Amino acid sequence: MSELATDREIDRSHMSVSDEVAIEIAGMNKWYGTFHVLRDINLTVQRGERIVICGPSGSGKSTLIRCINALEEHQQGKIVVDGTELSNDLKNIDKIRREVGMVFQHFNLFPHLSILDNLTLAPIWVRKTPRKEAEEIAMHYLEKVKIPEQADKFPGQLSGGQQQRVAIARSLCMQPRIMLFDEPTSALDPEMIKEVLDTMIELAEEGMTMLCVTHEMGFARQVANRVIFMDAGQIIEQNEPEEFFGNPQSDRTKLFLSQILGH
Amino acid sequence: MTTLSDPPKEGFRLSQLIYDTRYRSMTIQVVALIGFLVLIGWLISNTAQNLAALGKEPSFRFLTDPAGYDINQRLIDYTNQDTHLRAAFSGVLNTLLVAFLGCITATIIGVFVGVLRLSKNWIVSRLMAVYVEMFRNVPVLLWIVLVMAILIESLPPPKAFRGENATSAMMLNDTVAITNRGIYVPEPIFGRDAKDDKGNFLDEPTGWRVGLGDIAIGANAEDGSCKRYYATEGPGAGEPDTGCGTFQISLDLMAVLLVLFGGFYASHRIKTRADHIQEATGERPTTWYLRFGVVVVPMVILLYVLGFYLGYPELKGFNFKGGTHMRNSLIALWLALSLYTAAFIAEIVRAGIMAISHGQTEAAAALGLRPNRIMSLVVLPQALRVIIPPLISNWLNLTKNSSLAIAVGYMDITGTLMGITLNQTGRELETVMLGMLIYLTISLSISAVMNWYNNSVKLVER
Amino acid sequence: MSDIGFVRKEMVPEQEPPASTTGVIGWMRENLFSGWFNTALTIVSVFFLAMILMGLVPWVLSPTWKAASLNECRDILHEMGREGHYAGACWGVIRDRWVQLFFGFYPADLYWRPIVAIALLGVALAPVLFSDKVSPKLFWFTAIFPVLFPWMLWGGAFWTPLLVVAGFVLAYFVYSYVERVASSLLALIAAILFAVIWFVWGVGTVSGVVNTSLGAARLDGQLEQVTTEITRLEAEVARLDGEIKTAEDAVTAVMEAGDSARESGGDAFRTLIAEARVPRNVLGALRAEKGIVDTNLSHLKSYKRRMELLPELVEKLPGLREAAAVARDALPASVSHVTTEAGLDKFKTRISDEGLDILQDDMKALEAVLKQENEVRFTEGSIDVTYADAARIGLRPVESRNFGGYMLSITIGVVAIAVSLPLGILLALGRQSNLPLLKSLCVGFIEFIRGVPLITLLFVASTLLNIFLPPGTNFDIILRVIIMATLFSAAYMAEVVRGGLAALPTGQYEGADSLGLNYWQSQRLIIMPQALKISIPGIVSSFIGLFKDTVLVSIIGLLDPLGLSNAVRADAAWNGIVWEIYGFIALLFFIVCFSMSRYSMYLERKLHTGR
Repeated sequence: MSELATDREIDRSHMSVSDEVAIEIAGMNKWYGTFHVLRDINLTVQRGERIVICGPSGSGKSTLIRCINALEEHQQGKIVVDGTELSNDLKNIDKIRREVGMVFQHFNLFPHLSILDNLTLAPIWVRKTPRKEAEEIAMHYLEKVKIPEQADKFPGQLSGGQQQRVAIARSLCMQPRIMLFDEPTSALDPEMIKEVLDTMIELAEEGMTMLCVTHEMGFARQVANRVIFMDAGQIIEQNEPEEFFGNPQSDRTKLFLSQILGH
Repeated sequence: MTTLSDPPKEGFRLSQLIYDTRYRSMTIQVVALIGFLVLIGWLISNTAQNLAALGKEPSFRFLTDPAGYDINQRLIDYTNQDTHLRAAFSGVLNTLLVAFLGCITATIIGVFVGVLRLSKNWIVSRLMAVYVEMFRNVPVLLWIVLVMAILIESLPPPKAFRGENATSAMMLNDTVAITNRGIYVPEPIFGRDAKDDKGNFLDEPTGWRVGLGDIAIGANAEDGSCKRYYATEGPGAGEPDTGCGTFQISLDLMAVLLVLFGGFYASHRIKTRADHIQEATGERPTTWYLRFGVVVVPMVILLYVLGFYLGYPELKGFNFKGGTHMRNSLIALWLALSLYTAAFIAEIVRAGIMAISHGQTEAAAALGLRPNRIMSLVVLPQALRVIIPPLISNWLNLTKNSSLAIAVGYMDITGTLMGITLNQTGRELETVMLGMLIYLTISLSISAVMNWYNNSVKLVER
Repeated sequence: MSDIGFVRKEMVPEQEPPASTTGVIGWMRENLFSGWFNTALTIVSVFFLAMILMGLVPWVLSPTWKAASLNECRDILHEMGREGHYAGACWGVIRDRWVQLFFGFYPADLYWRPIVAIALLGVALAPVLFSDKVSPKLFWFTAIFPVLFPWMLWGGAFWTPLLVVAGFVLAYFVYSYVERVASSLLALIAAILFAVIWFVWGVGTVSGVVNTSLGAARLDGQLEQVTTEITRLEAEVARLDGEIKTAEDAVTAVMEAGDSARESGGDAFRTLIAEARVPRNVLGALRAEKGIVDTNLSHLKSYKRRMELLPELVEKLPGLREAAAVARDALPASVSHVTTEAGLDKFKTRISDEGLDILQDDMKALEAVLKQENEVRFTEGSIDVTYADAARIGLRPVESRNFGGYMLSITIGVVAIAVSLPLGILLALGRQSNLPLLKSLCVGFIEFIRGVPLITLLFVASTLLNIFLPPGTNFDIILRVIIMATLFSAAYMAEVVRGGLAALPTGQYEGADSLGLNYWQSQRLIIMPQALKISIPGIVSSFIGLFKDTVLVSIIGLLDPLGLSNAVRADAAWNGIVWEIYGFIALLFFIVCFSMSRYSMYLERKLHTGR
């Protein structure tokens, strides 16, 4: 796990963090029944940031990013995405979901639609893009994830890595300003992980704001500008990757890193 | 060419029939075929001997004899002087009628219950579960006879509607009467053709609004026995030479169906156009009123032109006259079959919706689709794939279960051909075989539709 | 960028969630009142539920258990001030008829047999239903149960079920022997041929031999036993007559008291009517008991007479046979081809239709011969029956026409399902096979059966099956119904099993082939154990379906609970009963079907987690 995500030099020319706030989470708490799953989360994400969230399973990482686009409801605290506060107002939720793309662990492609239809569905129905234009956009992103030749196939006909790249392309078709990744490589075979990571790296090189739950520490080292460690539903430690990996402060972080990096 | 040498030639040995894979399957099949033919031959020879002993040569000639019994609920003209064939045909139509009505109501109730069963409301979902379990685990025949008994025992008799201090009243502005003899509802009539008991028109046919009448197929005006097929409506009403035949086709009905299909087609075109506009510009024009109007307006005009009106049931003497009389037997069968099948359909709908993984809904929500769009674009298209095949097989079951009509005296194909015709002619072999053949035809047609659907929606997997 | 560094110094402790999301109130908010629509739904359904319960509960809790007629029920409810159509249930009908609804007209002194049979059914099902908790050794009991169950119900000599079991065992030996010396295919054909021969001729012949030899040996002992039994029963009848007399007097006394009380009127009369119930019930019970004893007695008497006549008949038989043979030889060629009564009728019509020239004397001779032959047959028959009766070591036979009630439903359901399962497996294998002819035969059969309603198959059972079988066969209607129900359920079973087969990955078949197993071995050892396990939920639901469908036999005149309910509703005392009787029957079916469907769900869950 400690090896690098890619051998090539990463082009950092567009990777700049601006002062503009993309996501602001303040004093957020969440319970499942009586189980206190997220505790006092405070997090500010600047535009252009590439954040990797890691931590042991059950630490609330996935729940946290699922709260950001309202797939999960939080009970206390405030979440502001792109200046829009996440409230019970459906309009706000719609607005946020239009701006935030999400990639799932199990791809969640729609098996009854062709790849192209999977990609154009949301642009047509949500962004009200004319079909022709939507298809052009879709083909553009399929090129980008390097599988334009699969456009007319169905999800069931693709390999896991290809499906995940389609899922990324599907999110990109909505031209989001923020991308959330929920363990995008955990369900994949090792040789397929690389092709998905390459796609993600390219995305980062273009300056996309990314929040990424992953165990790919190579990716965190090379691409992230900040690594967040979560445990027991709270943010334990966050820092620049060099500091985080080189000089972890909290005992929990040290324990986790020693396990995952196999030191 | 030379690298492959022919297998060494050897003579055919008997044991090859069993040990040689080339012949083995042939041997098995020949043995099976012989066994099958012996069985069939044995059955046929037994049947022939038994029938000969009983003095009954198999023959379908009885179908053209007069039936001699009445069918009280029917869709086509029929009297007891008609042939057994026509009685059987009337029975088939009755089977199809109750199956059709039952499938529609069962589907509506089933979808409704199935969706409510998934409701987050605890009480509602429990109530629906009770309904489903109650109907699924009790024989449908019991429900049929129970509903029949309730209809007879607990609804008011027609005489309760009579007099100053009537204990019962008609419903819906005096148009529907629910009695223990059945339900009387308004009947659609084309043209002013209401007649009194002697067959004279009460109203003069009003000018051009008289309906289109019928055309008869297989008409034979010479035959005196077909007087009752004289046209009762249309320009030639009452004329003895207009129609007499095995089948009569109502032109009014044809016209209505034609306009209806035309309306739906136009509505479909409007939808396609809206799709094109959406694809071109991204904005979807609002079309629901156009699509609604294009179906309704021509229909209203047509009905006016044909002189359509409703004949209302009226209390005359001790019973209701006029309107359409739906007998208890039909109502009981319809109601019980619908409620019973709906319980199964509800489970299918529930399972279908639950089969769509939560991830699909989440993914669609993450893309910013609204709940109704998630339902119509993502969940339903997938759920229908799961729902439709078992739904159709439940329709098939309902159709087959409609044969239980015989328990309440509804004259479907079981009641006519395999019931009274069998008893009157003593032709067990012919009637039961013919009845089975009819059911088999209906079932296989439904299965064919199902297979076609299954093949057309199959998911492509690698 | 350096300001993003953050290290948590102290952990946030776990906190309680906001009060509004927990506890009863939280649960209600979540499940009943989340949003206006949900709240409206809750209110509507609570209202609806209240309406139903307010009507249902008083109706069910109606103290009419002891009533002897619908009018009596109405009286009781009237006294409580409850009037109208749905004032209360009349449970008297259930008390009066529940035994009949369970057992039909099965002899009352033999009720233990169906009860034990159904209890044993539980034992037989245990290794199938709870394979993880019950020792698989019990399977041998499950295997013989389909033979044991009918024997317990219909009765008969103990060797009849043994001969049936022997048929299967011997067929298996034939199979394994032929397989050793020749091939498995030949072995299969030989075993099937053997089984057919055994069941068509073997069983009858062997039991005939056993009956004759054993019957002759036991005849004297039986005669003695029956004579003592008759003496005992006659004494019993005398005793019962006396008791009935006493009870009748008691009833008359109450009646007379009632007559005089009626003149004075009022509550005294009503009390007396209530009191009269006790002696009347006693009288009814006594009469029922006497009825049973009377039947047994007349049965035994006729049996005794037959046994006494037997030696004479045996002696007479060879002479009769010879005389008949001689007379037939003497017949002229013109009439000698007629061998049966039915043939004679047909011959007569032919004579009149075609104007055949047959001498009057010849016809008379023919009729005489037929009569002689009939007597031979009758004598043979009665000797056979008497020997069989004398030889019978086993259970008293019960005729099918006495079967009825819920017991009949269970019998048809259990036998049909037990026999249809192996048949269904074979059909499924045939449908999955790559032999086109076999496959199309199976597909044709399955689709035909599934395409027609069960009721048409029951019509076949009631009107046509005797026509399809050799002339003269006339076996009873329940057996015919069971045959058709079995074929019906086998077709559905085949589809269920096919689903199980299709769910198995092809690797299983390949693995079995690579081990060198032949077709039947791989089916038995590898494929079926897995496929059947997957299919058990489907098998259970087809059993539920079949069990519910058994009520259809009421349409062709069998007395299952629904058939009996018509008789009950036609009874003057209970005319007008609807809900109580149908509700009771529905409850009987609901209990069995519901528990089975729950079991099937439990199993499905187990299968899900097991994989």
